[in-house]
This record gives sequence, structure tokens and C-alpha cells, in this order.
Amino acid sequence: MKYVDEFRSHDLAQKLSKDIRREANPDRHYNLMEFCGGHTHAIFRYGVQNLMPPNVRFVHGPGCPVCVLPIGRIDNAIELAQKHDVILCSYGDLLRVPASGRKSLLKVSAEGADVRMVYSTQDVLKIARENPDREVVFFAIGFETTTPPSAVAIKQAEAEGLKNFSVFCNHVLTPAAIQNILESPEVREIGSVLIDGFFGPSHVSSIIGSQPYEFFAEEYQRPVVIAGFEPLDVMQSTLMLIRQLNQGRHEVENEYTRVVSREGNRKAQSLVAEVLELRRSFEWRGLGLVPYSALQIKKTFAEFDAEKRFDIPESRVFDVKGCECPRILRGVKRPTDCKLFGTVCTPENPMGSCMVSSEGACAAYWSYGRFSQPKSQPKTEQEPVV
Amino acid sequence: MSADMKRFPVGLNISDGVVDMSHGSGGRAMAQLIDEIFVRQFDNDLLRQANDQAAFDVPPGRMVMSTDGHVISPLFFPGGDIGSLAVHGTVNDVAMSGAIPLYLSAGFILEEGFPLADLERIVISMGQAAVAAGVPVVTGDTKVVERGKGDGVFITTTGVGVVPEGINISGDLARPGDAILVNGTMGDHGVAIMSSRENLEFETSIESDSAALHTLIADMVSVAPEIHCLRDPTRGGLATTLNELAQQSSVGMKLMESAIPVRPAVRAACELLGLDPLYVANEGKLICICPQQDAQRILEVMQAHPLGEEAAIIGEVTEDQHGFVQMETSFGGSRVVDWLVGEQLPRIC
Repeated sequence: MKYVDEFRSHDLAQKLSKDIRREANPDRHYNLMEFCGGHTHAIFRYGVQNLMPPNVRFVHGPGCPVCVLPIGRIDNAIELAQKHDVILCSYGDLLRVPASGRKSLLKVSAEGADVRMVYSTQDVLKIARENPDREVVFFAIGFETTTPPSAVAIKQAEAEGLKNFSVFCNHVLTPAAIQNILESPEVREIGSVLIDGFFGPSHVSSIIGSQPYEFFAEEYQRPVVIAGFEPLDVMQSTLMLIRQLNQGRHEVENEYTRVVSREGNRKAQSLVAEVLELRRSFEWRGLGLVPYSALQIKKTFAEFDAEKRFDIPESRVFDVKGCECPRILRGVKRPTDCKLFGTVCTPENPMGSCMVSSEGACAAYWSYGRFSQPKSQPKTEQEPVV
Repeated sequence: MSADMKRFPVGLNISDGVVDMSHGSGGRAMAQLIDEIFVRQFDNDLLRQANDQAAFDVPPGRMVMSTDGHVISPLFFPGGDIGSLAVHGTVNDVAMSGAIPLYLSAGFILEEGFPLADLERIVISMGQAAVAAGVPVVTGDTKVVERGKGDGVFITTTGVGVVPEGINISGDLARPGDAILVNGTMGDHGVAIMSSRENLEFETSIESDSAALHTLIADMVSVAPEIHCLRDPTRGGLATTLNELAQQSSVGMKLMESAIPVRPAVRAACELLGLDPLYVANEGKLICICPQQDAQRILEVMQAHPLGEEAAIIGEVTEDQHGFVQMETSFGGSRVVDWLVGEQLPRIC
């Protein structure tokens, strides 16, 4: 397949694997956090970890949009579908995420709520047009990549005078989350999480550009390489991170030049800025309340804001007891460290969000790597737990 | 039926008519529907006897019986329809035991308001598939449910067949060292269905691979009666079916991704939709697990058959108490190939 096979070449992978083994200094460790679930998925699906020397390890970050959505927000969506009797439209992965009381959108749909899986915001507008006597709410989630389509849909609805359409906005921002991880006590003070460098998001960066990462590369002295989602992208970026670390550099480099520029997609940025604005703070699963880490709909478009239209209460709900999703999302623990992993929590019956999406670290471990992945090293060993 | 014996002076209005509740009532309307659509298209001696059952002699050997309900949406798709699928699916289930399929039964659940023209089109296709396979529909049943209680038409087919002496094929017989073969490209059926779904609407030249595989199996069994397992990788695709076999036989499997045939168009569609072709359904494919020394001979026979031209050896059975299916990726890494989780796509067969 053209434009895909080139990035999955067996021979190039072997060559890169050799280069990485040659250049990685055996006297140190390289703990590299891939922020995005897309990278996590590629690493597992193609078996990239097997091509690395033992001292190069991938730490899985919180960049799975389904995984970081707090339970309270899913409870809100369920309430919209059940009590307010709206047509609730959502991307597929979200339907299976467990909410309070062992509910999920899929389960309430089976009980009669009108929950519909969509592939794009255009599908939602179509549903709204076809059902003028029903309220249609789009359960909008995701990082900067999925934000512009939500903004477009709101503008389109305004232009068309589509009164029965609104958006339950849960869009979150990548740089704020990365900064939060770097400022967390586990990284800064306790040193229990070693993160030597970052793979920067690929699709997100196509919108925001590489420039937003420059601040924390400098401030926290960690190299960032913007990496594409193909397995060769991940390997090439690994080599670039290793070189920066070997040379004591901490810069933002761009491996994904075929898509990402320093400025990003200006048109998309201005569109988002026109419709959405920063929230003072937003709860992330695993990270807690993170200041200025999410977007809300601007007052000028308030009529399309489901939170205003339906008076959605703010609810904070605690995770299932024993579920290590919060720590896994921060890179403190590995999926195999969780007592629930593979016992009561499996992709068929997920207890935590990381087991739901194929981009979630637990689901990726379970589907592609269980039994081949080690648990975290015991703390008594010299190497810190990653 | 000759003209002087004509029971229904006014024929069914097939071009504009629809199924109504009387077509399931047991009265004359139902008799007419059966006569003018089902018997006409499935025509064979046993069916013409018009009994509530079909009585037939069977050759010696172990009898095999299998049943399959078909609820596919849409009813018509590139490369087939629910009618041909209902024949192929059950013929294949019977044949995967090494049996020669003999007869089929068909149960129809029709929704009030379903166009008779569509029903006839489905039944014609079903009749043609049965004739082509040489496995007649010898008995059947029709029910009608109120509008909104069905989705046009559901078809359940049951098949019987006989396994010749000396053949013993079963999902629990895979042994470490055995070779794993498939008869062609993976994922064609699922992608063909997806491309015709209303909310997806992408264009592709891919057609469903829906086909009856019993003649291919007969050829394979004739050169290698020692085949251990045969199974058709339908829902859940190759990955899930191999996991079933691994669990049943308490063995592991090792696949070579680069050896698994997948059409470029199917790969592209899966890439676009975020699916893995190994989990996408097939309706004209089989997995064969056989002793290593028979593999080449079976492969040659498969490749000589029109339904096995792209057959390939894709891996081997290993010793593994966990029953894991592992795969060496084309990229050079390795990973576990797990059961399908949840539902990739509902109502595909």
C-alpha cells in the first residue's frame, strides 16, 4: 500500500534497530514517554519494544482521549441521554467506557436511551437535521486534533439555524498535560518516575505545530521529538531522542516533517479560537484538576453549549477501588502492576478507562503483549521504577 | 405445476406487493407465497412432496448437522446477498467436518411490509446457490412478524451431511508442529459489507468472498485424509478463529504476518477505518491445520482449485500452555494476536 508500506519496512526497521543499539550508551537508561495513545498502539502492534536494547524503554503517557476523561463527565452524558431524552452522539470508543454504577453509554443504550455512534461531526449535524423535534447532543472529546471539527460543526449549526444541536465540550490540551506530568511530585521530587525525553504527538502537532513544546523542553530540560504514528517514525524518533540525550541537548526536534510545521495549522487554530476558549481548570483522569488544560464554548456560541442548555452538574467521582489507571496514565505504574489487570479487568469487561480504547496502555498490553511484558522492577534494585 | 391444476387464479403481485400478516397465517395466502416464490425457486422432488418434513436415505458414515441464522444488514451487498450467504454459510459449516453436505432446510422470518420483489430476488439467489453447490433446500418454514419487529428478512438454514469413513477432523486435534494454511485473502467479506453500509459509504471494488467450500475441501481431503482441523474464519476473522482452535486443542500458534494474504484494497479500507484485517469476517475462506508433511501437498491442491488460488501456509502450531496465538510482524517485531474484543461491526452475516 503506497504511503503506508514505506513506513513499515522490515529492512529499515532492522537497520534502525542496529543504529539504536550501537548509539545507546549501555551505562545509562533511556526512559522515553510517548504521550499519545497512537504511539502506544504502534509500539505494541508492530512489536517495536522487541527491537530495542533493554535500556531503552517506553513509558506510556496519558494521551488517550478516552482514558483521561473523568467518570463524572461520562455520568453527565448518561444523564443527558436518560433524563433529558436527547439523541446523544459519540465516537465509538467512548461507548464502552465504564461510568458510575457499572453503567456505560452502551449499557444505557441497550436499556432504551438513544445513543448513536458517529464517525464525524458531520454525521451529528445530519442527525440533527433529520430529527428537528429532538435535541441532539454531540459528546465532544479529544485533544487538539478533534477540536477543529467540533468548532466547524458549531459554526455550521449557527449558519443553518439548527436550534436542536448542541455540544457537550470535553476537549483537552496536550501541552498543559505534559507540563502537569513534569511538575508532578513523582517526577520532580520523589524521582520515582524517570522521564528522560518525550515523543511529541503527531496529529495534535499538525494542528498546534511544534512551537508550543519549546517552552517546556527548555524549562524542564527534556528533549522532545515530534514523531509520526507509523512504527518507523517511532524508531527514527527514538534514535533522535537518544542522540539528543547523549549530546546533553534538550530541544524540540521534528521527525514528522511530512505533516508538522513549527506554526501548525493556522486556519484550524483561528477557527478554534473563534468558537472555544480556555477553561480555568478541568479534571483529568489520572492527573486530577489541571489548570487551563481544556476548552469550553465561548459565550457568543452559548446557545450550542450543552452544559448551558441542560444545566449539567459538576460531579467528581472516584475511580474503582484498586484501579491503577491514574498511576498508569502518569507513567508511575505499568498495566501489569495493577491487581485488577487481567483478573477482573479485561477488554471485555473493563473496570478502568485504560482497558477500553485500543490506544489505552492496559488494552494494548492485554491485546498485544501480556506475558511478554515485565512488571515494574522492584524498588530495591538500583534502577528506579518506571 | 400445470395450468389446469392452478390453485391460485390470480398470481402474487411480486413487482409491487409486500409481505403482509396473512402470508404467515397458515391460510391460502401463505400457501400461495410458498408455491409461487419458494417452491418455484428451490424446486426439487423432496420439496414438491409438500410435507412438513423431508425424508431421505443417507449413505454410510457419520452424520453431521449444523445450523446458522442469518441477519445481515444490508440484505444485498457487493458479491452476494442474504440468500446466497445463507446457503454458503451452512454448507461450509457442514463441510468443515470433512463431510459431504447433502441437504438444507430454510426458515424465513419476514417482516410485514417487506417487498415481495426483494424476497423473490433473495430466494432466486438462494436457489441458484443451492443448485451450484448441489445441496438442495428440501424443507422450510415461513413466519411473518409485525412491522418493526424484524428487519426485512432473517433466514435460518440447517444442513446435514455425511463424513466418509476414515476422516476425523475436529477443532481439538491441532498438534505442535502442524502447519496452518488458509485458502486465500482475509477480510474481503467484512470490508464489502462495510462499504455498503449507509453511514460509511466509501467506494471500493472489493466483493464479498461468500462461497461454498465443500468441493475445495473434498479435493483437500482426497490427497490428505489426515487433516487435523478445518474451520471457516467468519465473525471475528482469522485471529479469533485461530484463538478458538488454539484453546480447543490446548496449543499455541505462531503466524508470519507477511505470509497472510490480504488484498491491498482491504488493507487500505482497514487502515482508514482503524480495523485490523485479521479480525474482519470472511464467508468463503477456511483455515486448515495439518501435519507438516502434508502441508505442501494440500497447498498445491488448494491452489489448483478456483477457490484456493491464493492459498498460503501462514504459520505453525506450537506448544504453549497459555494457548497464545503469536505473530511475527512484517515489521520484524512480534506480538500476541488476541480474541476479538466487543464487536468490530454488527450484523455482518
